[in-house]
Amino acid sequence: MIIDLQRFVTNERPFWTELETMLNQWENSPDATLSLEKAQRLHLLYERTAADLAKITTFSSEPETRRYLENLVARAYGEIHETREKRRRLFPLKWFFQTWPQTFRRHIRAFYLSLAITLAGCAFGGLAIGFDPESKPVLMPFPALLQDPAKRVAEEESATHDRLEGVKSSFSTQLMTHNTSVSIFTMALGMTWGVGTIVMLFYNGVILGAVAVDYIHAGETKFLLGWLMPHGVIEIPAILIAGQAGLILAFALIGRGSQTPVRKRLREISGDLATLISGVGLMLIWAGFIEAFLSQYHEPVIPYAAKIAFGCVELTLLCLFLGKSGTAKSAGAATAEGGKSSV
Amino acid sequence: MKTSTLVIRTPEGIVFSQLLAGPVTRFLACFIDQLCIMAALTVAGMILMRLAAVGFGFAMALYILAYFVISIGYGIFFEWNWRGQTVGKRLFRLRVMDVEGMRLQFNQIVVRNLLRFVDSLPFFYFVGGVTCWLNPQCQRLGDIAANTVVIRNAFVSEPDLSQLLAGKYNSLRQFPHLAARLRQNVSPVEAAIALQSLLRREEFELVARVELFAELAAHFRSKVEFPAEALDGVADEQFLRNVVDVIYRTRPDAPTGKAVTVEQI
Repeated sequence: MIIDLQRFVTNERPFWTELETMLNQWENSPDATLSLEKAQRLHLLYERTAADLAKITTFSSEPETRRYLENLVARAYGEIHETREKRRRLFPLKWFFQTWPQTFRRHIRAFYLSLAITLAGCAFGGLAIGFDPESKPVLMPFPALLQDPAKRVAEEESATHDRLEGVKSSFSTQLMTHNTSVSIFTMALGMTWGVGTIVMLFYNGVILGAVAVDYIHAGETKFLLGWLMPHGVIEIPAILIAGQAGLILAFALIGRGSQTPVRKRLREISGDLATLISGVGLMLIWAGFIEAFLSQYHEPVIPYAAKIAFGCVELTLLCLFLGKSGTAKSAGAATAEGGKSSV
Repeated sequence: MKTSTLVIRTPEGIVFSQLLAGPVTRFLACFIDQLCIMAALTVAGMILMRLAAVGFGFAMALYILAYFVISIGYGIFFEWNWRGQTVGKRLFRLRVMDVEGMRLQFNQIVVRNLLRFVDSLPFFYFVGGVTCWLNPQCQRLGDIAANTVVIRNAFVSEPDLSQLLAGKYNSLRQFPHLAARLRQNVSPVEAAIALQSLLRREEFELVARVELFAELAAHFRSKVEFPAEALDGVADEQFLRNVVDVIYRTRPDAPTGKAVTVEQI
């Protein structure tokens, strides 16, 4: 059977137009909720248009009409069959105090793995510098780190002028953006089945271990802690969390022992990846600010004890935040707060 | 298997397809987007130059921040607010959509845009381009991770069949029993070929068109033998128009139909 195309188009066009209008309205104001009658009407129009598409595909080969209907059905299908939460409004406090720490804890094993890889890198870097100090230029090819630690400390402590004067804010922004780019890259490398993420974490660990052993060997442990702790206790966990996100992505891709299709596995984690990397971004903004405005100032300007104490407080707060925020007890309070602060 | 369409089967059993965008079109759209980003950065730089008088360090900090936010946020901002399109994609009629046809989520947009860091390695989206070329659904790594595809939105409009099926005199309709037999003998595929040949007549070269219509007319003449008076003086192309008219308009004199409401059904 071949359908009477002209009559078919004329008869059905009003329904297509009505569906198109409804979809346009709904797409333009996604926060609007449909009344029961409108929802029923939308569903009815969708089913009718879908049936028309089936008819025209089976009984006619007019491509323009088919494409037009396919487009309409595709749009309506996406809106009607979507079961994931439709959210355009942001609740920053709820996200900050609940979603982010909960997501972190949900994937804590990936974080532990990220930490273990970095520690392995630290051990390698530390041992390499310990056994072969000549390997310094290979392990840490950065001019600032190649200097003799004792000489650097002497220079820093005897400095009479602020070498960051006038460039603190740009230095701070540079640190934030560079570290955030590295973190995003570390996460994105999860697509290499995690190999790239592991390499990044290990290499970070190597540099950290090498620097630490270099300064400890030179008897500058206090300086090292005072220099690194204020920003490092936030910056290093941030990179670890980016590694955690990369490993989550890699696990979803590999899907070892899972019967779930790869598409579904990736769909399940995409929200978590976005949450974790957004959290990392926030942490690095703070770390960049602290590194430029605090970490670069040493005794006698700021006592090392004060800097180390500040770092300890930060680390404690971070551990408490990531470990406790958004748990059953604190969730109620944060929900109320998040509800109030909707933007 | 590499395919140029994304086929989705709904729970109602309806199958619809979307045209997938190829690597070249996507690269061109991406190039336009890069130009837009450069333009935005130039504007930001010019504005911030004025702030340099107040404090060079502060202006520099803002520029670094603007560079980062614009280069990373451009795709996220536009794809979220323009429902899967950026300036480049809009220009080339491309759109990002969920691989299963669902509504595009913000998380998906964030993930696919952040994974550009890997797709753009080592230069000019080489990794992304190669992945896109090899992937059956033309996805780059970011698309695979975010479960998205980029489709090509062909220009969609309601078809105009008035020229093709105009109510002109049709000699075949003088013999309704033969016209009915023709409808019966012609398969949907044959009907489709005839319809398409007429819809696309302007795309053929003159000689090719004449040859094609002659071949098709001969084929349809063999389906049902019409008397000589129905065919005398009728060119091959006109004969084909008459055939299509008979096949696709079963009741030419009947009113073309009044719209019925769903309640009436």
